Amino acid sequence: MTRTVAELLEVWEPVIGLEVHVQLATKTKAFSASAVGFGEPPNSLTDPVVLGLPGSLPVFNAAALELALRLGIATGSQIRTRSRFARKHYFYPDQPKGYQISQYDEPLCEHGHVDLILGCAVKRVRLTRIHLEEDAGKNTHVGAVSHVDLNRAGVPLVEVVSEPELTSAEEAAEFMRSLHRLVRWIEISEADMEKGQLRCDANVSIRPRGDHRLGTRTELKNINSFRHVQNAIDHEIARQLRIVSAGGQIERETRLWDAEAGQSASLRSKEEANDYRYFPDPDLPPLVVDSAMMANILRALPELPAARFERYQRMHGISPDDARTLVSDRSFAEYFDAACAAHPGEGSGRTIANWMLTELLGALNAEAKQLSQARMSPGMLSALVGLVENGTISGKIGKEIFAECYATGDPPLAIVLRRGVQQISDEGVLREIVERVVTAHPKQAEGFAAGKDGLFGFFVGAVMKETQGRANPILTSDLLHKRLGR
Amino acid sequence: MTAAFWTVAETARQIATGQITASRLVDATLARIATVDRELGAFLDVDEAGARATAHELDRKRTAGEPLGPLAGVPIALKDNLVTKGIPTTAGSQILVGWIPPYDATVVEKLRAAGAVIVGKTNLDEFGMGSSTERSSFKQTRNPWDASRVPGGSSGGSAAAVAAGLCAASLGTDTGGSIRQPAAFTGVVGLKPTYGRVSRWGVVAFASSLDQVGPLARTVADAALLLEVISGHDPRDATSLAAPVPRYTAALAGGVAGLKVGLPREFFDGHGSGTIDADVRAALDRTIAMLRDQGAELVEVSLPHTPLALAAYYIVAPAEASSNLARYDGVRYGKRAEASDLLDLYRKTRGAGFGPEVKRRIMLGTYALRSGYYDAYYKKAQQVRALIKRDFEQAFTQVDVLLTPTTPTAAFRFGAKATPLDMYLGDIFTLSCNLAGLPGLSVPCGLTSEGLPIGAQLLGKPLDEATLLRVGAVIEREVGLGDRRPGAIA
Amino acid sequence: MTTLTRNEVEEIALLARLHLEPDELDRMQTDLGAILEHFVTLAAVDVTGVAPMTHAGAAATDMTLRADVPEPSLPVDEALRAVARRDGDLIVVPSIIPGNNS
Repeated sequence: MTRTVAELLEVWEPVIGLEVHVQLATKTKAFSASAVGFGEPPNSLTDPVVLGLPGSLPVFNAAALELALRLGIATGSQIRTRSRFARKHYFYPDQPKGYQISQYDEPLCEHGHVDLILGCAVKRVRLTRIHLEEDAGKNTHVGAVSHVDLNRAGVPLVEVVSEPELTSAEEAAEFMRSLHRLVRWIEISEADMEKGQLRCDANVSIRPRGDHRLGTRTELKNINSFRHVQNAIDHEIARQLRIVSAGGQIERETRLWDAEAGQSASLRSKEEANDYRYFPDPDLPPLVVDSAMMANILRALPELPAARFERYQRMHGISPDDARTLVSDRSFAEYFDAACAAHPGEGSGRTIANWMLTELLGALNAEAKQLSQARMSPGMLSALVGLVENGTISGKIGKEIFAECYATGDPPLAIVLRRGVQQISDEGVLREIVERVVTAHPKQAEGFAAGKDGLFGFFVGAVMKETQGRANPILTSDLLHKRLGR
Repeated sequence: MTAAFWTVAETARQIATGQITASRLVDATLARIATVDRELGAFLDVDEAGARATAHELDRKRTAGEPLGPLAGVPIALKDNLVTKGIPTTAGSQILVGWIPPYDATVVEKLRAAGAVIVGKTNLDEFGMGSSTERSSFKQTRNPWDASRVPGGSSGGSAAAVAAGLCAASLGTDTGGSIRQPAAFTGVVGLKPTYGRVSRWGVVAFASSLDQVGPLARTVADAALLLEVISGHDPRDATSLAAPVPRYTAALAGGVAGLKVGLPREFFDGHGSGTIDADVRAALDRTIAMLRDQGAELVEVSLPHTPLALAAYYIVAPAEASSNLARYDGVRYGKRAEASDLLDLYRKTRGAGFGPEVKRRIMLGTYALRSGYYDAYYKKAQQVRALIKRDFEQAFTQVDVLLTPTTPTAAFRFGAKATPLDMYLGDIFTLSCNLAGLPGLSVPCGLTSEGLPIGAQLLGKPLDEATLLRVGAVIEREVGLGDRRPGAIA
Repeated sequence: MTTLTRNEVEEIALLARLHLEPDELDRMQTDLGAILEHFVTLAAVDVTGVAPMTHAGAAATDMTLRADVPEPSLPVDEALRAVARRDGDLIVVPSIIPGNNS
């Protein structure tokens, strides 16, 4: 009897580990001063080192070290003060030297973590290591031949390896998104998956629930987007479950994901019997990191997403959902913090968050714009919120003022004054208007007195019309109730 | 003395004072190369056009009163594993036939900046792997002292060219003795600097943690001058040292009075499977006696791990070589074989392009780095290497410099070494120095009864080339070859 | 003599991407065996507590880093001048699949 995946998952537990390559945002390559670029004419970003010419030698990029350290520190990793580069040998046309300079025994960082924000809680996923390496060029298959472009060869990467403790495809995708957010947050990488600046391989295995040993894993390659991460891993888990439920064994292999076909194929070839023959690279002395360097980086680190997620809830009473949106991008969080700083006070955070998430992000999305392109500064938003809170304008008018401020970038108060839409909160003035309106509509007044509740709105509307919408709604309501007798 | 055998210093003086033009000297040099090298076989490529152009420009500068560098007009030859822009560079291998580099090695840039005239590229054992230049895939180089014998290797062409007066001096490379041994075999001075003293940018890599560029010259003073020009920190070589470069030429006259010279017993009692040739032993004894007369104190010391040096070297060097030669695959440069698929391309290109010795070392190195073997071979060898270095450090607490024979015998005949191992065993005296990263100098100290040159080797503390040169100058003056020139090819 | 099986020799030759003719394989087996035999001396050496010497001398402590400042790349034609087979500015190699390149 065949069982469904859901049924099998009651008995079997998926175990997933990710190996993610992140391209560091340096101007030059890892081991030489050749420029880094994307979409440039083929083989236009090379030099003797990149080409692996006889006699060429590597010298490591100081900026790459700084950026890698930043990630190490942001993930709470243990940083090795003396780490080593190692040569990883394999023959492939996109690997000019016949080896990749990477790290093996003594990587730069170990035992850090990445925080995932799942629902209301933060889940901490442990990392095995983060190490430095250089990228390979690009090899494109064209019929019977391959075309090689070495522009990407030598670009500095960090490889981030998670512990095998992700328990579902969904979690794996969230890990990718979190890492993506983090590397952009601390400005070490653009991490554009379409440009290949963030790439991942997944190691997937299954084991009986409750068992602590790891099953045989397969390695999944060619995962090019967040969506692929989830689909490919789900597919692989299902494939493995089908095999074991039919009594078969999982083979240790590498499989290529084909997003169009929605399935993976085994990469079986002689190339796979790879003995990388790692040894410390004799051309590169140990990489030394001193505590002053690390202290500087730690000092300059911005408050990270997970910490902000918790602080926004704790300090501002913002809901987990809203908090998660605010930390989905560093620019949101910074904008929010700046607006709150300009407008401190009990509950102001929640109010500002509401305005940001509904009005501001709504307006930006409608125009497909980024927050950095918004003409409305945090100061302006907080000023607007202030004007509503102190009664200068009503909430309804506030939305109109928002729209104009967003469109023009003019300060809210200036717009209010220009349009003359200050709220009327003078009791005397309002009482007169209420009197006039009620007197002018005796029939409706009688009707309301007789119990027709709906007519209240009529009077409110009439007062608003008299005042071009400027009447303080709460006062108006109060005064009307008094005048109308109930 | 004919211009062919002028020292570097003499040549530079003659040019600087206008007694001879650079162009005339180049003409004479090229003419001599054209005749003598037919039999000698030292050159793989002679850059006539380039040499003449450089000379012409120098002459113009001199006439215009512009400043000239310390090597202005001096004809220099370069071992063909030094990358030269626009001049073919083969490293002695078929796999690089026709390769014309788009850049210059740092040492080449420095020579040019000093005004040197690069006359051509010299023959070598393929990729520096060998001790006789018999492993060149192009031609044989003969020893100018005896045409039936090898000039040594792997810098055989560089040594022969200097010995036969085809250039004023040359550059070679030394990974396990490849400057010092051919210098000893051809009766010239050869220096391997401290590891990191000279930049390896543009040096076709054999064993990255052992390779160094050094001068071969007819006098110690010339070697000192060349060393001054080529030394120094290079930001393009992460292993190059930041230490300032002393004026080596100024330190030559000190003499040896009061100096402590160590004689490592393991180098004298015929360890290994070959004993030291009687004539070599006698020449060293004479040198030792002379140094004592000159006021040096001769002390017996011990470098107990010396017997392990051969094994350690022949694991470390091939391992690094197997890695450094992985780039020769015919994809981006070099001779590419016809192939049906990628795997075939790699195997055929490399199978056809590399000679047997290179293949042997690649296989050895690959073996030593395989997972499961790494600890027992490569890692172990590197640990033994540390012990060898420690031996030297210990010895240098007692003495200032060490003296040994450069080689157990004088130059051997072509084909004399029947097996690879036989060839390797000839390197036993020179290897330790590379393993420890120390400087080493070979200076002629006599001739065998057959009239073949004998070399005395001096080994020094890190960055103490000055002491080596100082002692070398005394050996040269007192027991050197004087005016004697090779008789077979000249 | 340290025995290297013929299989091992072939494996190493594959790892090193060296095509060896049968007689070359024979010679390699003999030569390598003799050389490896010589290395037996290393096995007995006590290296407890000795750090492997991966770099020589002062290079072990001096570390050079490079500033992140671009320098001009090699012009494409110079970079590819020595390439045996090109398609425009791309390097061409046979595909990885056996027999696909006619």
